[in-house]
Amino acid sequence: MNANLRRRYLRDWLMQGLVFLGTAVVLVPLLFILYYVLVQGIGALSPAFFTRPPAPPGEGGGGMLPAIVGSLVVDSLALVLAAVFGIAAGVLLAEYPDHPLNPLLRLVVDVMAGLPAILMGLVAFVVVVKPLGHFSGLSGAVALALLMIPIVTRATEGVLKLIPWELTEAGLALGLPRWRVILSLVLPAARGGILTGLMLALARGAGEAAPLLFTAFGNPYLTFNPLEPMDTLPLKLYVYAISPYEDWHRQAWGAALLLAAAIMAASFLARRTLRR
Amino acid sequence: MGEPYRMETQNLSVYYGRTPGVRGVSLPIHDRRVTALIGPSGCGKTTFLRSLNRMHDLTPGVRVEGRVLLDGEDVYAPGVDPVVVRRRVGMVFQRPTPFPTMSIFENVVAGLRLVGVRDRHRLAEAAERALRMAALWDEVKDRLHAPAVGLSGGQQQRLSIARALAVEPEVLLMDEPTSALDPISTQAIEDLLEDLKKTVTIVIVTHNMQQAARVSDYTAFFLNGEMVEFGPTERLFTNPEDPRTEAYITGRFG
Repeated sequence: MNANLRRRYLRDWLMQGLVFLGTAVVLVPLLFILYYVLVQGIGALSPAFFTRPPAPPGEGGGGMLPAIVGSLVVDSLALVLAAVFGIAAGVLLAEYPDHPLNPLLRLVVDVMAGLPAILMGLVAFVVVVKPLGHFSGLSGAVALALLMIPIVTRATEGVLKLIPWELTEAGLALGLPRWRVILSLVLPAARGGILTGLMLALARGAGEAAPLLFTAFGNPYLTFNPLEPMDTLPLKLYVYAISPYEDWHRQAWGAALLLAAAIMAASFLARRTLRR
Repeated sequence: MGEPYRMETQNLSVYYGRTPGVRGVSLPIHDRRVTALIGPSGCGKTTFLRSLNRMHDLTPGVRVEGRVLLDGEDVYAPGVDPVVVRRRVGMVFQRPTPFPTMSIFENVVAGLRLVGVRDRHRLAEAAERALRMAALWDEVKDRLHAPAVGLSGGQQQRLSIARALAVEPEVLLMDEPTSALDPISTQAIEDLLEDLKKTVTIVIVTHNMQQAARVSDYTAFFLNGEMVEFGPTERLFTNPEDPRTEAYITGRFG
């Protein structure tokens, strides 16, 4: 083996090492967080945690039922809103690149993606809470949807641009109108990427407390009505974590664990359904 | 000749920006005959073909001048809906384009189902008829509901043809439909054309001169965006009038 070749092997070995090192630097904190949340939170997950309303501090017992239900309701509503508007905007950007609305739309999406989450709560406060006159799960869903729309839009636009143009042409050549081609041929072909975008958006929205502080507001009593104030897991987590009570801290860890597990499960299930 | 024209172009030019891809082509397309377009790469034959059913409409920067008559009416006239034109003038592309999320059956009837035909009996009939015409029925009749992407390349191309035929177009445009296929699949598609022309008018772009000679009744020779010569296939291949045609078909260039 000559010196030149040996030097190249050495460099290859060195670079591979750096790549592995970089991967580890990213993965280790992530695994550490998951491990720590699991260890701290697992003790709080009793049957009462899932079936009881919260108890006053010091009493022990009590659970997260209103927050679990509230998270399900608010996040589902937010996901539907984000899917409808986010996918529509993504389709417009990707499939009609010359549309006169697009420069404005792109600007709005870019700005929205860069705004702090708490401002979305402020917007929802002004457009939903003020007119209704009271806090509500719905206003929280609107705040979260505003946060999620740019993620869905960018994912949709990106994946639609990867769908070969030939598919559109094949549809048009059958005498199908453009909207029908997009709806029945292009979007189904892109569903995997769009679903990934929706899951990313859900993960982002479901973990937010700030936009909900003055929209969903929180509610210690169980309600299924999105027009009433609602509790959610991140809100509960925030309130319990900054409290001085030991048993509330334990419950906050439980909420964190449940939140992480639920989002991972939703993402996993969505992917599996798609593969069928 | 005395045969009726199904389509006809009059002084047709197609521009990409300022560059003309096709210049002043006037070509008759005879009813229920196979017309072949031949010529070297980049001579404008595909560009010409795509202008016949307004496939250029969605490509920015492409401009079509001149007239394309279908049964005597200009398909580029104001008020003509390109969707309607494309229902009457179907197209098969160079590469097979099965709809990836659909089964074989759904692919074949896509053109009907997606415009609102719901009658299952009618869809089943249309699917069988189209698949038989495309010589694919025997190979897929037992797995109509399997994903279309599981078919071989040759089968996928015949599926694309069946899908185009299911909407019963009057004219079928084929852009090098066999260039990506093996000889056996090519043979199957060439045999198909012989049957198809009993009911459908066919325009086929081909790189393969032997193929043009085998399948077509009329041939047009394109060079540098212009149509050099048009005539009955046998005459054009045995006794070309233009020296450039002769040079091309005898293999001296292209």
